[in-house]
Amino acid sequence: MSTETTSTVAHLGIGDRFRLWWDALARPTQWAVGVPFIVLIALLPIIKPPVLTTVGTDFAGVLAQFGMYALLAIGLNVVVGQAGLLDLGYVGFYAIGAYTVGLLTSPDSPWNQTDSWLSQKWAWLFALPIAIAITAISGLILGSPTLRLRGDYLAIVTLGFGEIVRLLADNLTTITGGGRGLSRIAYPIVGVSESRPTGYFSAGNNQAPITSGVAWFWLSIVLIIVVLLVVGNLQRSRVGRAWVAIREDEDAAEIMGVPTFKFKLWAFLIGASIGGLSGALYAGQVQFVIPTTFNIINSTLFLVAVVLGGQGNKLGVILGAFVIVYLPNFFLGRTELFGIPINGNEIANYKYLFFGLALIVLLIFRPQGLFPARQKLLAYGREVYVAARRAALALTRPTSDETTGGSR
Amino acid sequence: MSTTPHDPAAGSEHGDQHLGTDEELVTSDTMPEEFLPDGGVIETVAVDVADLHPELADAEQVAELVAPDRTIRAKVGEPLLQMQQVTMKFGGLTALDDVTFDIRRGEILGLIGPNGAGKTTCFNTMTGVYRPTTGQVVFDGRPLGRTKRNEITRLGIARTFQNIRLFSDMTALENVVVGTDARHRTSVPGAIFRSRRHRAEERDALDRGMALLEFVGIGRRATQQARNLPYGDQRRLEIARALATEPKLLCLDEPAAGFNPAEKEDLKGLIRKIRDDGYTVLLIEHDMRLVMGVTDRVVVLEFGRKIAEGLPAEVSADPAVIAAYLGVPDDATA
Amino acid sequence: MSVLAVAGGQLLADSVISFDLGALARNFWALTIDGLTYGAIYALVAVGYTLVYGVLRLINFAHSEIFMLGMFGQYATLMLLGFGPSGNAYSEGTMMTIVYLGIAMLGGMAVAGGAAVGLERVAYRPLRKRGAPSLVFLITAIGASFVIQEFVHFVLPKLTGGTLGGVNAQQPIRLVQASDVISFANTSISNIEIVIVVSALTLAFAADVFINRTKFGRGIRAVAQDPVTATLMGVSRERIIMLTFLIGGILAGAAALLYTLRVPSGILYSGGFILGIKAFCAAVLGGIGNLRGALLGGLLLGVMELYGQALFGTEWRDVVAFVLLILVLMFRPTGILGESLGRARA
Repeated sequence: MSTETTSTVAHLGIGDRFRLWWDALARPTQWAVGVPFIVLIALLPIIKPPVLTTVGTDFAGVLAQFGMYALLAIGLNVVVGQAGLLDLGYVGFYAIGAYTVGLLTSPDSPWNQTDSWLSQKWAWLFALPIAIAITAISGLILGSPTLRLRGDYLAIVTLGFGEIVRLLADNLTTITGGGRGLSRIAYPIVGVSESRPTGYFSAGNNQAPITSGVAWFWLSIVLIIVVLLVVGNLQRSRVGRAWVAIREDEDAAEIMGVPTFKFKLWAFLIGASIGGLSGALYAGQVQFVIPTTFNIINSTLFLVAVVLGGQGNKLGVILGAFVIVYLPNFFLGRTELFGIPINGNEIANYKYLFFGLALIVLLIFRPQGLFPARQKLLAYGREVYVAARRAALALTRPTSDETTGGSR
Repeated sequence: MSTTPHDPAAGSEHGDQHLGTDEELVTSDTMPEEFLPDGGVIETVAVDVADLHPELADAEQVAELVAPDRTIRAKVGEPLLQMQQVTMKFGGLTALDDVTFDIRRGEILGLIGPNGAGKTTCFNTMTGVYRPTTGQVVFDGRPLGRTKRNEITRLGIARTFQNIRLFSDMTALENVVVGTDARHRTSVPGAIFRSRRHRAEERDALDRGMALLEFVGIGRRATQQARNLPYGDQRRLEIARALATEPKLLCLDEPAAGFNPAEKEDLKGLIRKIRDDGYTVLLIEHDMRLVMGVTDRVVVLEFGRKIAEGLPAEVSADPAVIAAYLGVPDDATA
Repeated sequence: MSVLAVAGGQLLADSVISFDLGALARNFWALTIDGLTYGAIYALVAVGYTLVYGVLRLINFAHSEIFMLGMFGQYATLMLLGFGPSGNAYSEGTMMTIVYLGIAMLGGMAVAGGAAVGLERVAYRPLRKRGAPSLVFLITAIGASFVIQEFVHFVLPKLTGGTLGGVNAQQPIRLVQASDVISFANTSISNIEIVIVVSALTLAFAADVFINRTKFGRGIRAVAQDPVTATLMGVSRERIIMLTFLIGGILAGAAALLYTLRVPSGILYSGGFILGIKAFCAAVLGGIGNLRGALLGGLLLGVMELYGQALFGTEWRDVVAFVLLILVLMFRPTGILGESLGRARA
């Protein structure tokens, strides 16, 4: 039971001030501000700003990895943050996407199609939608029997799924190469030239300024934007509202007519598809896959990204992904910081410890994450919020009375 | 009173001329905010509803927008829901014993009884959540089988909850729109590609949603988080959300719990307004005065049996009913 | 599509045809005994999961790390007693060996029990005070699990000058020379197996008596069934919760010693993880919230695992537990003995 308190002007967080400012901008202005910002981000690996650039590893490579993790975070956010389904085995979808591309295009794989109907040049591009489709199907297979379970059980079952996928990859040696994995996976062959004999996206492309890391980073930016648009559309629709309702009070949602099982399954499917997409990117970028990459610890890292960034906030989780990818790499190889000598490599080793601690502390003191979700769930809601804001402005004029609404 | 002329294009997705750059500063510094312990900062601003939709300024138009648009087999005055010799046993416990009564279309029926009388079981049997051990429930001419929970609204029954169960992370408008979603059909592909059906349904949701909020009297709270609403408004919101599913039968489960007498009067008015707009209402309540004041007929349960049925005045004078609520003096049973 | 057919065929050729019933039949008794041995260990750990779940509706994800700490605890105790890693086992005589093992077990119990209570205090109690939803508890549990693992991985070696923790497993300290005691069929039971099963059953029995026959056990059951009324009856909920974690921790610590007897090279920072998941599977299998269910589930899982290993190959052993878990949750979520409290389906 809440009582209305009106005039305590409380402290506005940075995120909220920013959001208020952003929401008040007209659409064209939003584009005018947003696009240069994105371009600036894209140019980071080329500009290599002094403090930001990583010392021990290739900055572009780090950013490319960030791109993939950002996709994973957005996908997991749909499942965990929006629909409220705790999926501890999300890494399984990542693995299926990566291995599908590997199985179809690696010469080590018995199912390699590059000598039959997949031409080497376009192999990765064609394998991509197949990877997404297969991962989506696996999401369907996992979700159908298990989504009727209560939250904690679902968590353990998905954990089991993640582990089963890894164990399958590890044990089915003749197909997946077992512990050795699959190598020489196809990648998009674009821009072959003398200085780049295998194109921009090949791991061998070290030709500055656009190295392979940069190329993959740009590709992931494009994909992130597309996925954000898709997820945004879903949020501001019947589907997005159903997800929030399911997350809040599943029983009440059902009684109000929300087809909960169907939309839970869709959440799984979409999460899986995005995971598969990211896996395919990973396979193309590093051009080999091994089972140890897809373990539970990494699955937890994705969860940390989502929780850190703000469950339910699709932009916040991108930042969460940036933190978990960038921070350890920031320390790698660094021997001094602001004049203080440090052992960067060691600090980077402690990353799981720090993130585990961060998780615990965050959940106690700020469970909503760094950037709490304030999702818009209405497709045409903008006009309502504008009307609200207009009424707020009327408050500043002494003659108006904001407590009367409705008919006059 | 807004002095700017109402521009129909204002606030649409593609242009927003009414807020210039000098106004955001005003917005963020002088707007009263509420700081929630969990980090939420919510605007306690009222929406000027008529500014948004001019037709919402007129109560009659609102009522028209809100009125149900469903084909109901039963004509006004005919039985809409029939409990026919319904008995409900759970193992050795008989929760309902041969209960028979009708709910007629267009009426407000009260279902009362002391604690443990079986009102909740009766209610769950009516909505198909429980299957009667013997007897049957006939709703709008069709016998009710076992219904899945999310099909209850498709049948045409909507309810509110004894303990308020709003979606606290959503605004009031969004809560109501979830109700309208029950009758919509957009799914994931339609939402991703913004199909025509999606756009039409979203428009409808917004229009009906605002009208419903206005109808129950909380139009100005459209953009406020549901958990921040005052208790009375939360109850109204629940009713609005239930109405959004366009039910043939609206069931209110103790809607006046926690209200003071003035609020109960307001609630009575709202219930009558709902009925006058074409809905049939089932009211489950404890408070005798509320029930007597607003219902057309009353059914009384005690220990799973129907002990009285009829006009409020008749029922409240019925000795069996009085005994059930107040007890019988010892010498009377000797 | 022909690709799918080829894929299916290869899958069959690879795993299903190495379906070795013969291996299972030949070694049936050996497998059963070994299975019961592991199962006894799983059972003890499973009790920890099931008790906490019964009282708090929380899957204590970090319980596997409590077990792991127990392993290090008993190892450290042995080191303090003067034992060290060596090629051959010590032979102190039966009586003394049992005494030393007993002391080591107490050491393991103390560390694990203490860690469990500490975990509850630091990670879960603040969340309880803030009324967090169960999703948050689960995520915190995962976080705690990793913090403890990484602590043993990186920090413990620094604190102990490299003797404990780190990347590699501890060098085994062998106190018991394995020898066959009973022979029958074409297999035999070794002294280690007897010690493990007997100890585990004794402890399990003691736990059962405690829960069902003592005042504290009554308190635990009361809080599990109805926390509010229990409080009205004068039961301190916080104390009961602490007691529940303590018992779970103590049993896990005991299980740690027994496990080390069977798998001496298993004392590693990540050594608790898989076992913990399996123990949780066992708890669900038997009926979560049900102490006897945890015991039954543990034994059953141990045996099924070993049979699976014989049938499909060693590398598939861990999969058995996960598959069993998924099957149980799909078809009988209340477990074999049923849930004592709460329901599994949403």
